[in-house]
Amino acid sequence: MNVSRLWLEAFLHRRLDSKDVARRLAMLGAPVDAIEPLGANLGAFVVGLVTEARQHPNADKLRVTTVDDGSGTLFSVVCGAPNVTAGNKYPFARLGTVMPNGMTIERRKLRGETSEGMLCSARELGLGEDHDGLLTLDTEAAPGTPLTEVIEGGDERLVVDVTPDRADLLGHKGIARELAASFGGTFRLPDIANEATLDLPVPTRFGDEAPVGGVRIAIDDRDGCGRLLAVVIRGVKIGPSPEWLQRRLAAVGVRSINNVVDATNYILHELNQPTHAYDAATLRGSTLIARASKVGEKLATLDGVERAIPTGTLVIADAERVIGIAGVMGGRETEVTESTTDILLECAWFNPVRVRRARRALDLSTDASHRFERGTDRWGAVDAFRRCIRLIVTVAGGALDGPAVDCFPAPTHPPRIFLRPSRVAQVLGIDLSWTDIEKQLVAIGATVLSKPDDGRIAVDVPGWRPDIVGEIDLIEEIARLHGYDRLPTDLGAFRPGLRQDDAAWGVTSRLRTALASEGLSEVITLPMVAVAGPNAPRVLNPLSADHALLRDALVPSLVTQVEANWAMHTADVRLFEVGTAFVRTVAAAQPDEIVRIAFVVTGARRPAHWTDGGKGRAWDRWDALGLFERLVDLAHPAAKIQVDGMEWVAASADGATVGRCGAVSADAPLWAGSLWGGEVTVSLGQPKARSFVPLPVYPSVVRDLALMVKAAVAAESVTQLLMERGARNGLESATILDEYRGKGLAEGTRSITVRLVYRSGERTLTDTEVEQAVTRLRTSLERELDVTIRST
Amino acid sequence: MNTPSDHSSLDSLRHRLLAVAQLDAPALEAEEIAVLGRKQGELTNRLKALAALSIDEKRTHGAALNAIKLEFETAFVARRAELVRGERAAEARDIDLTMPGRRGWVGTRHPVSLVVDEIVAIFRELGFAVALGPDIENEERNFFALNFPPDHPALDMHDTLYLDQGPGEVAAGEKLLLRTHTSPVQVRVMRAGPPPYRVVIPGLAYRNDPFDASHAPAFAQIEGLAVDEGVTFVDLKATLSHVARRFFGESVKVRFRPSFFPFTEPSAEMDVSCSICGGVGCAACKGTGWLEILGCGMVHEQVLKNCGVDAEKYTGFAFGMGPARIAMLRYGLPDIRLLYRGDMRFLTQFGEIGR
Repeated sequence: MNVSRLWLEAFLHRRLDSKDVARRLAMLGAPVDAIEPLGANLGAFVVGLVTEARQHPNADKLRVTTVDDGSGTLFSVVCGAPNVTAGNKYPFARLGTVMPNGMTIERRKLRGETSEGMLCSARELGLGEDHDGLLTLDTEAAPGTPLTEVIEGGDERLVVDVTPDRADLLGHKGIARELAASFGGTFRLPDIANEATLDLPVPTRFGDEAPVGGVRIAIDDRDGCGRLLAVVIRGVKIGPSPEWLQRRLAAVGVRSINNVVDATNYILHELNQPTHAYDAATLRGSTLIARASKVGEKLATLDGVERAIPTGTLVIADAERVIGIAGVMGGRETEVTESTTDILLECAWFNPVRVRRARRALDLSTDASHRFERGTDRWGAVDAFRRCIRLIVTVAGGALDGPAVDCFPAPTHPPRIFLRPSRVAQVLGIDLSWTDIEKQLVAIGATVLSKPDDGRIAVDVPGWRPDIVGEIDLIEEIARLHGYDRLPTDLGAFRPGLRQDDAAWGVTSRLRTALASEGLSEVITLPMVAVAGPNAPRVLNPLSADHALLRDALVPSLVTQVEANWAMHTADVRLFEVGTAFVRTVAAAQPDEIVRIAFVVTGARRPAHWTDGGKGRAWDRWDALGLFERLVDLAHPAAKIQVDGMEWVAASADGATVGRCGAVSADAPLWAGSLWGGEVTVSLGQPKARSFVPLPVYPSVVRDLALMVKAAVAAESVTQLLMERGARNGLESATILDEYRGKGLAEGTRSITVRLVYRSGERTLTDTEVEQAVTRLRTSLERELDVTIRST
Repeated sequence: MNTPSDHSSLDSLRHRLLAVAQLDAPALEAEEIAVLGRKQGELTNRLKALAALSIDEKRTHGAALNAIKLEFETAFVARRAELVRGERAAEARDIDLTMPGRRGWVGTRHPVSLVVDEIVAIFRELGFAVALGPDIENEERNFFALNFPPDHPALDMHDTLYLDQGPGEVAAGEKLLLRTHTSPVQVRVMRAGPPPYRVVIPGLAYRNDPFDASHAPAFAQIEGLAVDEGVTFVDLKATLSHVARRFFGESVKVRFRPSFFPFTEPSAEMDVSCSICGGVGCAACKGTGWLEILGCGMVHEQVLKNCGVDAEKYTGFAFGMGPARIAMLRYGLPDIRLLYRGDMRFLTQFGEIGR
């Protein structure tokens, strides 16, 4: 909502500082997003009295004047204006003043005569287009008086951010009401300059239809149109608006069109009441009716677009056709033009829901639809309508053809709400006196009907506040006008809630910490992706095809980020993310959401270091497996890691795959290293309970075995067999230390070195005992896996 | 023939013993062999020669020889250790200790998730438990239970991403969407059991907003809810002011302004004094000296009713904030898109812990 500071000043009859206004409005719930200066800042200009004016000796068109600026010094000023006259007062720019066009006034010589300042025209001050001569000041003010005290100075536009509930703040009157409450003062409607005298009785009340000036007015859709006021004004003279009216509209960013349209726009911005003027001569069948549109109706709107109107849209029609989309935009064929002499002025209350629906269907948002959608004042419409008539007759002439009419088929009153002061205290936490409560309610324009002798106050809500429908709304108003900042901020006692932290919170926190401690960097990626599996949920209205699906895995998103890093010539990339994967199970049912953790690594395993000549080792599959093992331990402790082709999978107890790890394909530049990744579903069960294992008392005996293993035999089955067979003889662990393939070994055979650690819980094992145990293992290995021991 | 413990020869051994401390490494090795060598060592020989002596002589000479053998052994060990130490010290004198150390990669947390963790931790100090909910919600929990009328202009603020539910009619309120705020988790919490509620709700929210410098189609949010008998607007102000001071520092100024949300009434925005200009006014705070940090308010009576809570007995407050915006302010980030790019050069600026 654009607000003119000068317009507000006219309401509040006081000078306003825009920054102060912005602060006050912010604390009332309507922050000001911007303050835009309009015209010049006139603060530096003063009233100058020309005491002498004579012809310039060397230039026909110039005069040399003497100016009294109240400082006690008289200045010689060269002036080109034809109308400069000794004894008159003009706006005077002293030396050093910065003009609206950015020029600084300096002492200079004009054809040999020194000029020490400048007398200004209206245009030079940014006050208008009149450049014919100096702006003559008709004032008693002494020379040196600031110009802003003599003329209405440069305006400022305040861009107010109005929340959708506050329809009343979409007009200057509503803003003025808030400021009056803030200042503790009053406000009233500004006078209309040179207002025409007009006999304007209250419009005659009718039901569904009424005659006015030979035109039949009717409401055929009571749901859509609750009230319809109309009048016919004949003999208007369409032309430009007076300068003050143009200036008001310009200040709020509305283009001047003609005096009649400008008047309706003025009322819209002043009173938040849209009205519409039709060229009465263009109405067919002398009828104006508010009804629902029929199948196939069309309208060329004021903006020149031919629009098909959805059936059932609330429209204004004459006897033959639609002439306006109610509350949104009028039609081109019935608009007021230069040749218009008779107008029909309409002012209505339209159902916000119907206007909103029309605006959406037609994708056509206007100043009017913005206001009707938020709810206009159906009771205040009468006053707005009458003011609009006065303004039109004042600026465009004409006379009413009969009394105005008011179709109000189902008259209602604004709601009456009962307020309990005890509830005010219960919600706000402070005790406000009855006087304080009443004061705030009166400030918003409510009528407080009874003192709280039964514990309740009856409050009649003003018609311009459709947002106030219950007691709690009044409590908010009381708090708002009392001032949120006046409430204390001392922490009081509280009962803790009865829930425990969601299980996913703790486990995901641990996972994040774990991967960060492994040197990886956490990322956040969008869950909406371009490519995903067949069971990925689909977005109905995606931002773009790149965001059409919800991801069913995290690694692809991470790969995209790795590729972006490669594009920046970053070779060492280590990323992880904790996020949600989505899987559609049954069509139309809510998809499953699975918390997952994923990582990708490529490039150097460690930062380059001088001890290795800067040739650090790259991440390899064993690093990836190590990370994967750690993740599975943390995220899904019950799962087992198995080999699946060239990848590893984590399988839960019921055999479901809950994780995967391996090489990841990507659009890699030639210089990029291998890319490895893994992803694990986070199990939300409680972590395993742990208990203490007594520390060993007796020393261990260590034996390293070099095993000759055939290609078909997996290392895992060797260590498993060792553990199974060795446990009874005190084998504590069997760890693979080395693998060797190649020279000196038979084709298809490799050598694996395993470190065996033996320990007894009862005594120190002797070498002989361990030798015997190893011999037994040798037999098992040979018999069961065809593995021979090369050396010990 | 000399007896094994002949005085003069013992004296000469004592001299040699004293000299051990001055021997260099090769001489030490030679001397060790010469004295203790298994085959020709002088002491070895003498000890062997004891065998030929009488019991008494064995006793006298043997004790003396064994004592001096122990002394030699100790002296050799000590001298060898001394030589090694000296060697190492000489080596160390050549090392350039200004060379860089060997480090691993330093992992980092995402700046937004750092902010989330920190804020959640503060709320947990105040007795709030962490509640989470699904990203996909239905219209009923995302809008209607939260007092959004089906046709209210407030829905303009929420241009929503809906899910493709296939052909066929979807019952009213059952349309699935990507939640536009974390507030439906409030509904889930309240419907799960009776008050008191005291929860903090971190999570992702989605809007049909294309990326620009300050908007993202999916972004982190932190929501909170406290409902009990006697919870008032003063408690709201006190709690959130406390959190603001804990997070931004004791000197931060906090103000509450009226605002509008369908699910709270009274509603407020909380501003903190601009950390960038110190409250004077700059581009970050649009010249106001204040930064908008969170929206909050007393839970709307209708929302309590919609969730089966007795709105006459219980009152409470709710709040929501954007940790991405807070992270951008804290770290001085010019563009929200940086937070989604996974650029290592960006990510590695944020340490594993803290700020």
